[in-house]
Amino acid sequence: MSLAFDFSQTPSFFRDETFRGDFTFENSPEAIHRFPFPFDRDQYMYAVNIEQHMPGPPKSATVFPIDIDEHYVAEMADRAKVLADDPLRCQSLPHMITAEWDLLELLMTSMARDYPEWFSLERDGARWHWINRPLGIDQRFTFGDAATLPHGPMEYITRQCQGDFCLLDQRDDNLWLDAGIVTSQADWSLDFDLGMNFIEWHGPVPRAHDMGIFDRALKFLLNLQIGRPIRRLNWTMTINPRLDTSPENYHRWGIDRTTVTPENVGDKVHLRVELQALWRLPRSNAIVFSIRCYLIKMRELVSVPKWGRRLHRVLRDLPDDLADYKGMTHYRATTLDYLSRHDDGAPTSPGFFPD
Amino acid sequence: MSEIKSRPIWGKLEPAEQAAAHLVCAEGRGIEAVRAGFGGRDGLLAQATIVHMAPIGAGKPEGLGGAAYHPHPSRATALTAFRGHLARAKMGTQVHLAGSEAFLNEATTVASACGVVGDGLTTELCGPATRRVQCVHCKGMMDEVAVSPLACSHCGVNLTVRDHYSRRLGAFMGVCVDAEAPGVLPAASRL
Repeated sequence: MSLAFDFSQTPSFFRDETFRGDFTFENSPEAIHRFPFPFDRDQYMYAVNIEQHMPGPPKSATVFPIDIDEHYVAEMADRAKVLADDPLRCQSLPHMITAEWDLLELLMTSMARDYPEWFSLERDGARWHWINRPLGIDQRFTFGDAATLPHGPMEYITRQCQGDFCLLDQRDDNLWLDAGIVTSQADWSLDFDLGMNFIEWHGPVPRAHDMGIFDRALKFLLNLQIGRPIRRLNWTMTINPRLDTSPENYHRWGIDRTTVTPENVGDKVHLRVELQALWRLPRSNAIVFSIRCYLIKMRELVSVPKWGRRLHRVLRDLPDDLADYKGMTHYRATTLDYLSRHDDGAPTSPGFFPD
Repeated sequence: MSEIKSRPIWGKLEPAEQAAAHLVCAEGRGIEAVRAGFGGRDGLLAQATIVHMAPIGAGKPEGLGGAAYHPHPSRATALTAFRGHLARAKMGTQVHLAGSEAFLNEATTVASACGVVGDGLTTELCGPATRRVQCVHCKGMMDEVAVSPLACSHCGVNLTVRDHYSRRLGAFMGVCVDAEAPGVLPAASRL
């Protein structure tokens, strides 16, 4: 796969934009309307906010199990750059190869079924033929034979699918982070966390351990059933539409948090929402943990009046330790000031969706 | 002592009577925990192989009975020898590790990579609770880190030691401490 995508050769639905350097990322009005806004009320506190990963409303981010949107081609170009600089963002322990094939099957069948104009998959026994039109890929390979693909099965398909992916092995009544590709993360390191169990890799999260959140979530996930995927939303804030906010590069991007001014806050500050989904896999009994990142600028967000009011109230009332954990210390006041001008104090309707 | 979920918990050396053999790797004064753990039980010591990071020529310490004793002058050579003994170990061998935190960080990683887990492994902390730290930016490892913040000895970035430990790497995570205010460092504190 070439690092230089030729946008003139891709269908015009996909935006030609960047998540680094000149940061030309933007959302179309349609993308703003379908943004997975994570607050269903005017305040936020941790919860095991898990629901069945059932089809959402037409055109929403959850209408299909795997969401491909207007940022697809540009996000895949950004992932290729991250991996070229730091191959350790994609790692898999040797016992995870069966789960890798499970993941490839899940993603290829979902993408081809739900986006037939972009992807197609033909299967004749173990002989598979995959076509990815937006990225210009036509690949014949043998399912189960890694030598017939240019990368391992997990890396091959996740270089073609939005979102970070982790594969969790289940043993000893725990889940073990034994494989993954992580290039658009909110400040956590796959290389460091690889091989950890569920409780260990959530170690640095404040408050939630004492609330029993992780023990309850783990118990729930150990019983996840095939064919019954689940999802939850998580959120943080990011300065500039940067996908690669990794600890590895924090000494380079951390300074961005000090660059927010009243003049640029609407364009620089982004709400970052993770649509996290989990599937049980059929052959390996492993679990896929997908973390699909959506970004929206404050300027875009306040174009939905309900969301502008609500985010103002959530950020204003957020406990300080959570705000620090989410890295908001430097720009919280400036952001609140901006949002307050879009909050007239009117009541907001219950639920996530725009009025 | 921090209360993070990923931090390893060290215990006491407890050689099991029913183990087929015992493989010990100790650093410096850790040998005192070995002597106490075996408690002069000749039957157990006769089945024990002891790899000891100790000055060459110091001789076999007292109280180790008939144990096979192999001194090595550096941590690297001791762990290389330990790995070699593990590769030849027979079923039912119990492994015992004693030394500083940084030593236990590294030695437990060697043992778990060979499949030694659970009751097959006992550990005891002897000596300083300094930590082994990996710089998340350049991936360089630093032994015996006692104070945070510190400058990475490999890439020079000012690091704080995050309360997050990887058993696979045998190290805590060091993360840039002044990214959002270059040159402004918090007061140093002991780990």
